[in-house]
Amino acid sequence: MDINLMMEITPLLMKAAWITIDISARALFFGFFIASALVALRTSRHVPIRWLARAYISVVRGTPYFVQLLLVFYGGPALGLRLDPFTCGVVVGAFNIGAYMSEAIRGAIESVDSGQNEASRSLGFGRLATLQHIILPQSAGLMIRSIGVLAIILVKNSSLVSIISVVELTYQAQRLIGSTYKPLEVFTLSALMYIVIIYAVMGIVEFLYRRATRYTYL
Amino acid sequence: MTTATKDTPMVELKGVKKRFGDLEVLKGIDLKVERGKIISIIGPSGSGKSTLLRSINYLEVIDEGSILLDGVQVNRPDLKGLAFERHINHIRQNMGMVFQHFNLFPHLSTLDNVTLAPRKLKGMSAGSARELGMELLERVGLADKASVYPSSLSGGQKQRVAIARALAMRPKVMLFDEATSALDPELVEEVNLVMKRLAEEHMTMLIVTHEMAFARDVSDWAMFMDDGVVVEQSTPDRLFTNPDQERTRNFLRKHLESQAVAHAHF
Repeated sequence: MDINLMMEITPLLMKAAWITIDISARALFFGFFIASALVALRTSRHVPIRWLARAYISVVRGTPYFVQLLLVFYGGPALGLRLDPFTCGVVVGAFNIGAYMSEAIRGAIESVDSGQNEASRSLGFGRLATLQHIILPQSAGLMIRSIGVLAIILVKNSSLVSIISVVELTYQAQRLIGSTYKPLEVFTLSALMYIVIIYAVMGIVEFLYRRATRYTYL
Repeated sequence: MTTATKDTPMVELKGVKKRFGDLEVLKGIDLKVERGKIISIIGPSGSGKSTLLRSINYLEVIDEGSILLDGVQVNRPDLKGLAFERHINHIRQNMGMVFQHFNLFPHLSTLDNVTLAPRKLKGMSAGSARELGMELLERVGLADKASVYPSSLSGGQKQRVAIARALAMRPKVMLFDEATSALDPELVEEVNLVMKRLAEEHMTMLIVTHEMAFARDVSDWAMFMDDGVVVEQSTPDRLFTNPDQERTRNFLRKHLESQAVAHAHF
């Protein structure tokens, strides 16, 4: 292995790794709001709205992320939707992960014993206040863990945006191979960087999980 | 809306019917609970007694009839959506409900379980809520457990905290839905004691229970329900010792037998 080469290209790959983090973090952030909206729509009083939310989730889960990216990036302009590669990566990532995350959030909320809802309502708390004071604090732990798993998938999926030429970790690695002809060194290094990012995500998730479930071991 | 006077019944049910699918679980219940009175409702599982209690608090939505709390109608078919939500939230603040499985909030300390509702719903300051919470925990004998979490309490202690939590909203009536059924036998007494003390303070109470001795001891009036109807109601002495109806006699006999069997096993 050419260690010197690896040292040399590390700064370039780190810069690209930052794009990977940036695009994933933004997609996760916006995805969370999309997921919350989907959860709200799925509990709507109106059947067509519930149906629409479910249809959306089915479509997203039923098609590959790769195809979704290509469809929006190359098919979008035909419908007047022109996005630069980075924005396209964030938008498609957010809408994709949002669908999965809505299921994770819903599952966590439904995991709370129905007696908790009844106790809260019987005291006079409304639906939203019950969600805020009783249900969310108790489902936060499970929610954080599930979202953590999705965040990891999101980071790894971000390698696919290289196809629409976002210069993130995988795209940069391919470019460097084109100029160095050393795939082993370059891919090893980029794989290590993915591992570091994923470990950081897992650390953050564990920290948040412990904070959210502190009450269980007090 | 009617104006309540001291003669207005605290709780009144008129022709209350409730169906679960094809099954009619309440077949037209009429009931009047005067203020300060304690009513016990007994009956076999599936008789509709829990559903009746839950309907008063609107945890079950009734299909027909009406329910009044202190002269104010609880079920309001004329109100829809948010308007009804506001109405029912307000009504529920005047009713304390105690559940078989306690349903304490596990993420809150004992004291916070008691003070959450007065703080958030009545806008009580943290200081006064704390004072009220401690006073109520004192009353159920658990002031020393104020800062612990529900997971470290025994079943009996949990239920006493749940009673304190319900009392914190200063309810007009307390509804007990088999409050001691999930407890180990040796823990039943401490909860019964708290309920007895409430009775002595003239709290209006509706008690769904399997504790016949307790029901007889504490209530002003007793009802036997079976198959969605009130089969018989009278003073507890009469209902438990000399009931008019065959069905009541059968139920009480079977209950005594099962208790005797349970004791024989000890």
